[in-house]
Amino acid sequence: MSDALRPHLNRRDLLVLGGGAVAALGITLVSLPATATPVEMETEIARIVGNVPCQEGRIRLMMPPIAEDGNVVPLTVSVDSPMTDSDHVREIHVLMEENPWPLACSFHLGPENGKAEVSTRVRLAKDQSVVAIARMNDGSAYRATAAIKVTVGGCGAN
Amino acid sequence: MSGPHVRIPKQAKAGEIIEVKTLISHPMETGLRKAADGTPIPRKALNRFECRYLDQTVFLGELHPSVSANPYIAFFVRATRSGKLVFAWTDDDGSVIRAEADLDVI
Repeated sequence: MSDALRPHLNRRDLLVLGGGAVAALGITLVSLPATATPVEMETEIARIVGNVPCQEGRIRLMMPPIAEDGNVVPLTVSVDSPMTDSDHVREIHVLMEENPWPLACSFHLGPENGKAEVSTRVRLAKDQSVVAIARMNDGSAYRATAAIKVTVGGCGAN
Repeated sequence: MSGPHVRIPKQAKAGEIIEVKTLISHPMETGLRKAADGTPIPRKALNRFECRYLDQTVFLGELHPSVSANPYIAFFVRATRSGKLVFAWTDDDGSVIRAEADLDVI
């Protein structure tokens, strides 16, 4: 074999190759737990609200626009409702477009709450849209969306 | 952190809307993670949270693994009469972790 054909692999090349292999492996591992898709999230929303159209307004989803740690992202859902016997929020749902499962949590409320506001903390696997859905006692549904950038993903797929 | 933490005001006026803050130590293991040796870590998560006030469910949460480890849940309750708020978190394995707090309504 001539020198020209012999692979010129020194230690640094091997390190780079090794690093590349690890990076490739890392990508494979990360993509193993199939994430939901926006389509799957919409399917889940349809399952929750049935054929009721989701209206804009009345509901606010408050989250930081940039989440440095995707493992712990605070969120607050607030719905403009008097929370009386005749007019109250019955359910609040939080969904993610790109997490392994689209539905994160569902909360059941009633007039006993006095105020339709819930806070919690969620995991976000990567940059994505988070959707909050409120269902009222009259059957109507409202929807809010927040686009979140995630610096380091949660969901433990690492 | 050990055991659930619940924070409510000690006292409230009748009709006042109080904030209830809860925090519980729990891994909320998704079942997707792998240990260092590559073996999958089985799912272990809380899937249900309930708050009862005056023997009535006033708040119910269905939790899925997208909820962060050590779940924090805060919500509101209208104070009507003095009594206990009773909290229960249900684990996938069926075990229930409980906590309670006394509310004095004046």
